[in-house]
Amino acid sequence: MTRVLMCPPDHYDLRYEINAWMHLENRPHLPLAARQWRMLYEQVQRLAQVELVSPAPECPDMVFTANAGLMVGEKAVLLSRFRHPERQPEEPHFRRWFEEHGYTVYTVPEDCPFEGEGDILWAGERYVAGYRKRTEICAHRVAAEYLGREVLSLELVDDRWYHLDTALFVLNERTVVYYPGAFDPYARRVIEEHFHTLYVIEEEAMRFACNSVVIGNTVLMPEGCPLVTGLLERKGYEVIPIPMSEFIKSGGACKCLVMFLER
Amino acid sequence: MHTELITLEGHIIDSLTLSKVLDILVASGVDYEIRSFRIGKSHDETSHAEILVIAPDEQSLQRALHEVQQHGAVISQEDATLQPAPQDGVFPEGFYSTTNLETFVRIEGTWIPVERIEMDCGIRVTRTESGWRAECVPLHWARKGDLFVVGSAGVRVTPLPRREAESVFHFMGSEVSIEKPKTRIVQAVARAVRETKLKGQKVLFVGGPAIVHTGAAPYLERMIRAGWIDVLFAGNALATHDIERALYGTSLGVALETGVPETHGHEHHLRAINTIRAAGGIRQAVEKGILKSGIMHACVVAGVKVVLAGSIRDDGPLPDVITDTVQAQDAMREAIQGVGLALMVATTLHSIATGNLLPASVTTFCIDANADTVIKLTDRGSHQAFGIVTDCAFFLKELATQLCGEA
Repeated sequence: MTRVLMCPPDHYDLRYEINAWMHLENRPHLPLAARQWRMLYEQVQRLAQVELVSPAPECPDMVFTANAGLMVGEKAVLLSRFRHPERQPEEPHFRRWFEEHGYTVYTVPEDCPFEGEGDILWAGERYVAGYRKRTEICAHRVAAEYLGREVLSLELVDDRWYHLDTALFVLNERTVVYYPGAFDPYARRVIEEHFHTLYVIEEEAMRFACNSVVIGNTVLMPEGCPLVTGLLERKGYEVIPIPMSEFIKSGGACKCLVMFLER
Repeated sequence: MHTELITLEGHIIDSLTLSKVLDILVASGVDYEIRSFRIGKSHDETSHAEILVIAPDEQSLQRALHEVQQHGAVISQEDATLQPAPQDGVFPEGFYSTTNLETFVRIEGTWIPVERIEMDCGIRVTRTESGWRAECVPLHWARKGDLFVVGSAGVRVTPLPRREAESVFHFMGSEVSIEKPKTRIVQAVARAVRETKLKGQKVLFVGGPAIVHTGAAPYLERMIRAGWIDVLFAGNALATHDIERALYGTSLGVALETGVPETHGHEHHLRAINTIRAAGGIRQAVEKGILKSGIMHACVVAGVKVVLAGSIRDDGPLPDVITDTVQAQDAMREAIQGVGLALMVATTLHSIATGNLLPASVTTFCIDANADTVIKLTDRGSHQAFGIVTDCAFFLKELATQLCGEA
């Protein structure tokens, strides 16, 4: 059974600006955020076993567990090394959770920012990885070593799509759904050469259509993305729209709130 | 020919990273030779390429290397080469000339950060009890036998972070802004100043005499008295005309109240200098109650660290002015420790001199009515500088209002 890690939004808030979406004058409505997280949590729980990590008061973004790290084995995780000092306090909390749950924790070298599943995504026999915004390409090499799999490096070129998982999600081993404008021409070629592709238009990418969680035949997607929903439904997927407005204010949505522990 | 060996490792074929890096080299106008190449046989095996980059000059080489490093190219894993200084004040031939970017040198397999980084210096490496130490030193600090890094092997430079889209300065596009909404920019500068102070870092102000001539001195004075400025760099002129204003109400003999030149007003500045010389210095003049207002008075009262650096055309000068330029540079070097933000207003000479000393990590704003000053600063390597082309009186008035409220 699929197992994922989530973090209750008890201390979620917007207290700094470290991406193009965050504006201190546009803070999330916290009770509404809590309801939106709950809705996602209940949907995920229907499909997978959900583990919870306790939120820390000094880490308003800890709710985005996709950035905790990346599973590199059944009981091994490559811990994130956040680029921004604002998020670095999350590292020890995630480390503690993994250690307490019997995971071997690996790290990347000190001068090599790496933001976990936010930037490296499982795609069957290989992984796809983003760089130049948060994660640096040096981390792709480290991850490839631990994974023993091919890692395709994709350059992100638009500040709005600062993590790979804001601009691309893997539908199944052969298919990815992505917003081409977030990538440089080489990356677009790499994606096209390796996968069947479905495109997301900018308007829906802005509503975080690419930040979806796929479990089996179900896609948990931020609401307001009818075009890509139609494409997926024609392919036989069930798309469940989840309101995510209060997390999008911080530059995250469904996928950012979920880290895969087991597929 | 300037060359550097780089290695590229990973899934560089399927990710097209190798193609991209080679394309970037060609587009940067440099040549390359693939020295060795090992292709991963299966999907999980990585590939490895060693590429010799060949450039017509050092600048093109560094530019090309800087670009390809972003895509994972690693420059030589060799240790830095060290050579002793042949005599006092002289670096060994072929010494590594620094940039103002964060720099590391590799000694016995370990990357050591270079302390007090500044551009156009050498890197002195010493062995201490706790291990190796690397520091950035100007030519005149070199002592015969000191070990310096030569060549660029074993040296790694961290590029400046890209300007994030959310930054108000991002929309300026170019680093020099002329046709941009000025008030918003000043708001952003004020915010940066506040953030710097919140982080516990110091704010450096570098100013020219136009601040006094244009009547903007009171705004600067307010900010100093309110504690926003920690360090002031200027020349004889700013201090002299400020003191002239305090003692006579004129700047270069022109009454600041009315804008009318006063009879014998041209003598005021020299009389002001004489008064301060008689008192023994600015601090003494303040303590004796001779100097009661102005920027320099505010600095003494607020405990601002002041470095006044002299130049060839100075009158007097004031006793506080350091007339030996090398000594002045050293005093400025000392004073910039802990500075997180620099405001350079209406001075080409002192802006460039300060730019030479500042690490690129210091947020730098250059404000001048003349775009050339700003361009000169960035052309001389202070790439971190944001240029704001505007009248200094407007800028300082607006900034003082932002930081200290309406007067």
